[in-house]
Amino acid sequence: MSGLPKTADPNLLVGYDSSDDAAVYKVSDDVAMIQTVDFFPPVVDDPYTFGQIAATNALSDVYAMGGQPTLAMNLLAFPSCLPVEAVGDILAGGASKVVEAGAVIAGGHSIEDQEPKYGLCVTGLVHPSRILTNSGAKEGDILVLTKPLGTGILSTAAKAELLEEKAYKQMVELMTTLNKYAAQAVGPIALSACTDVTGFGLVGHVKEMAEGCGSTIELWAGKIPIVPKALELARDGIIPAGAYRNMDFTANDTLEDSAVPREVLDCLYDPQTAGGLLLSVPEGKLQELLTRLTDAGVPAAAVGAVVSRREKLVHIKP
Amino acid sequence: MNQVDARGYSCPEPVLMTKNALKNGTPLVVLVDNETPLQNVRRFAANNGYQVTWKEVGEDYELTITK
Repeated sequence: MSGLPKTADPNLLVGYDSSDDAAVYKVSDDVAMIQTVDFFPPVVDDPYTFGQIAATNALSDVYAMGGQPTLAMNLLAFPSCLPVEAVGDILAGGASKVVEAGAVIAGGHSIEDQEPKYGLCVTGLVHPSRILTNSGAKEGDILVLTKPLGTGILSTAAKAELLEEKAYKQMVELMTTLNKYAAQAVGPIALSACTDVTGFGLVGHVKEMAEGCGSTIELWAGKIPIVPKALELARDGIIPAGAYRNMDFTANDTLEDSAVPREVLDCLYDPQTAGGLLLSVPEGKLQELLTRLTDAGVPAAAVGAVVSRREKLVHIKP
Repeated sequence: MNQVDARGYSCPEPVLMTKNALKNGTPLVVLVDNETPLQNVRRFAANNGYQVTWKEVGEDYELTITK
């Protein structure tokens, strides 16, 4: 994106120069508009489930910015050989998540393509003083993750039909759980920063968070929730290409302690689809935050800390 | 010699092809064409009690798996 011209509009509060989750535009002193778009090819065979996953993923960026989704537009590409019922199922799956988010679908656009793709363009609203970015983390903060890792590895296994039904269901459950519930549970607690864990994997998004605030972030590998089946698959080398890209992308900025098992590291780089929120909270508010999330049924865990800047931006400890 | 040509296949196929070919014993030579299957086959073999060596052959990689 670095070659694109940067627009100088004082109302553009968050743009593409800060590698954040969505754009934010100030409409008035009380209202800012969050705008985001995301779409991708099927991660599961079932069209309705695919629609739900793609919508959960697209809506997530609004929650990651501290906002509430209000309006969504469908983006759809599909081959003419695909039965028309499948198209209806994808859209119905997506719509179910938009409704659950409390937003409305107001149309969209479809084109013919060789491979199906689906996603949403989502508009959300937030009070300008409540905007959360991925760059506001402060030394002394603790990082809280709201979903276990492993969906990239699990969906790689699912494509080859290596997942038994129980693990498949758990994967789908993770990828179709809206980050709405985690965002709501945060309530009045003032977070320093927030992002959602998606394609760059946990380490990639932590690296961006560390870059944004100029501090180092420590990750406590042993405290990070990971789906047990994903660890087992990682040991067997069922790891998507995206995880290796994420390792390359972060290698110069990351220190891995040798005591961290390889399969755990692999999961920390695993690209997530519709992953959880990563919340940076002052330590004094940590217990209250964890209690609120747990009470709301969100499987949250403290997974790291923001510390003074060291040589590497990210330090993965056992 | 037991050999698998997994060039042109994307993950997790090369690992599954390797797993299948190991039923016919070792040593097994596996050819892959990029780093993802190279790393994945190495992890699979190492974590299942095999020894692995590998080298670059032109633009591809050749792994040798022994017990």
